[in-house]
Amino acid sequence: MADVAQHQPLSPAGETILRHYRSQVLTRRIYTVIAVVGVLVALGAAMSYANAANSGKFFERLPFMFDFLKNFVPRDPFEIFRAMFDLESPYFDGSAKYNYTSARIYLTDTFYIPYFIYQLIVTVNIAIVSTIIGGALAFCLCFFAATNLVGAGAVRWFARRTMEVLRAFPEIVIAGLLTAVLSIGPIAAIAAVSLHTIGALGKLFFEVVENADMKPDEGLRSVGATWLERVRFAIVPQVMPNFVSYSLLRLEINVRASTIIGAVGGGGIGEVFRLSIGRDYAAQTYAIIILLLVTIIAIDQFSGWLRRRLVGSQGFELGRAAA
Amino acid sequence: MTAISAAERRRLEGKFPEVFRKSFLQRYGLPVGIVLTLAYLVFCWFFFGVGPALQNGKWDRASIYIQDWYSWRAQPRLRFEDGAVVPQWSSRGQYPQDAVIDWLTPHANGSMTVTFGSDADRLEITPQVVTVYLAGEPHLVMIGEDAATAPENAPAAIVQDRQKVIVDFGFEGQAEIRDNQVAVQRRFLGWANFLYDPRSPLWGHDLFSTVGLVFSGERVDPTRSNAQLVLNEWLGNRAWQHGDILAKLMQTLVMAFVGTLLATLVAFPLAFIAARNITLNRPANWLMKRFFDFIRSVDMLIWALFFTRGFGPGPIPGIAAIFFTDTGALGKVYAEALENIDDKQRDGMRSVGASPAAVNRYGVVPQVLPVFVSQSLYFWESNTRSATVIGAVGAGGIGLKLLEAMGTNSDWDKVAYMVVLILIVVFLFDNLSTGIRMRLIGRQTH
Repeated sequence: MADVAQHQPLSPAGETILRHYRSQVLTRRIYTVIAVVGVLVALGAAMSYANAANSGKFFERLPFMFDFLKNFVPRDPFEIFRAMFDLESPYFDGSAKYNYTSARIYLTDTFYIPYFIYQLIVTVNIAIVSTIIGGALAFCLCFFAATNLVGAGAVRWFARRTMEVLRAFPEIVIAGLLTAVLSIGPIAAIAAVSLHTIGALGKLFFEVVENADMKPDEGLRSVGATWLERVRFAIVPQVMPNFVSYSLLRLEINVRASTIIGAVGGGGIGEVFRLSIGRDYAAQTYAIIILLLVTIIAIDQFSGWLRRRLVGSQGFELGRAAA
Repeated sequence: MTAISAAERRRLEGKFPEVFRKSFLQRYGLPVGIVLTLAYLVFCWFFFGVGPALQNGKWDRASIYIQDWYSWRAQPRLRFEDGAVVPQWSSRGQYPQDAVIDWLTPHANGSMTVTFGSDADRLEITPQVVTVYLAGEPHLVMIGEDAATAPENAPAAIVQDRQKVIVDFGFEGQAEIRDNQVAVQRRFLGWANFLYDPRSPLWGHDLFSTVGLVFSGERVDPTRSNAQLVLNEWLGNRAWQHGDILAKLMQTLVMAFVGTLLATLVAFPLAFIAARNITLNRPANWLMKRFFDFIRSVDMLIWALFFTRGFGPGPIPGIAAIFFTDTGALGKVYAEALENIDDKQRDGMRSVGASPAAVNRYGVVPQVLPVFVSQSLYFWESNTRSATVIGAVGAGGIGLKLLEAMGTNSDWDKVAYMVVLILIVVFLFDNLSTGIRMRLIGRQTH
């Protein structure tokens, strides 16, 4: 900071203020340095721990990483598109690596859906169904967690703790348990993602409800409306745009979540991707990456456009910060 | 309610036309939307084959798996050998070699008594006949040459299943009587041998006696203090693998911490390039933002699997996956925060002739730093959760451990233990980060 005191002498009161200001700046700087050094030390310790715990050390494995990237390329760039759309490959030699055509999903005798696109549809549908189920249940639950509707009683406590547990419960355990009972399939993924969605959306929902304007509620209360009527006609119309906006935002997240859950036993594109990268099928792997990238960007854009229309630009920014 | 006159009605309708003449969408939008959603769900019911999958589900196993979360089973096979009954334990035996077990009493004549909860429910086993006491009533199960036969008019708890007889004692357990052995399943509440495994010298101590042992009492092992021994034996518990599980949990936390912190450090300068009002170079802004979009939209799963192939399983691929996804996500959020800053402070700095670096340092950073830190904390918190799943696809940590435990289908108690650990950690981090964020930017905008 520029030194102010040199130019003209300060009054005694001014001197005191300057002294206090300087001592505060000094304290603050010392704290900043301590905090930064603390974080850096923690970072260094954590990184060396991670390096030691890994099955290969970072610098030893780095060349392998580059080798992997260098060797993991399809025979020619068009292979990627052949793999994507299940077209015949000129390199087909009977091995599964170049056999793209056998997995086609035929709808009619000649019309087929390429396998990867079919699996992508499965994954996106898992995400949509989970968002609908989770959003509907979160909708029912959130009014019981809001202070302005149920007070601060046991009901609210119970609703909030339920949401917290659902939010923190590891998804793979739900998926794993259901996989053990129902065998591998999309139901496990739907259940796992839905349960998590209840917790995550429920929290956002009840915060919206708590910020609602209570005047319509008072009006309805004054004419003797029941609790259910008050919620239906005073609260729901106010919060609905925000609810839909949050649900769309959740849909974006759920598409990613259902891909990951798919890889650990939920089916869909996640599992296909894990298998193809595990078997070194470069063309298929890149095809799936491109498909996923395009899908995720498309869904993000679409839901962003819809949310902007629903809640306006300001609410749009607010929603994103909270989710 | 009083009826209103026709004139009054017309007046109201004329005054508030938007209330009385709603468009089709306003009137029927909600029911139509609900019907469409339900139709979609019905379609998905068939698309995913939910009905057949639920029918083919192994629901009997499901109840066993759920019970395994909070209880454990002792499963000795009581074999008939040379006219005597000899217990045989599997490798997962929960008792030491020569332990005295209160529900399994051998007798001098070679027979054996197994009690299920109370003396009224028990099995008296001899190689010729098994007497099943249900609520005090004896029922004789005869052991033949190649089959066991239930008595006639047996109660519902005793079922003949081809050559074996199954006796169900409810939660307490069940017994499978065959021609050459009785397989007993005895269920107890709680987690077996959670503190020490049967091979440990401390086996049999509970929490209170352990505390007593630590603070007073003779040294069990003369070379080590009791506290050290207790810690060693607990961490080295062969059945529960506390040491391993805690290390894996630590790996997961490290993944989230290092990944988020590195992403923050990288995203911070890049966001200044991406922000339109800071870097006055449109192509650079655009390129940076598309770069953020790209690495953000490549799924975390893809990054994780890619780096697992390169670096081998462990925390490094997890860190890399979180780092790449979050550099994009944080960069985008940071750039937006930078574009929304108040320009007055920068103008003030410029007006006194500060260098560009000083303008950014004193005119921009103080405005956005609380938002940046708060966003990073939020990402850290949510990454603590997602690091578990990332681990399961091969990056290591507690996620992989969970997947392994679930794969065996008999370690559900260990799964429950890990879930409890994860819940505790997530709650802890949740509250910690929410607390810091609230102090940084106030309650309203966190």
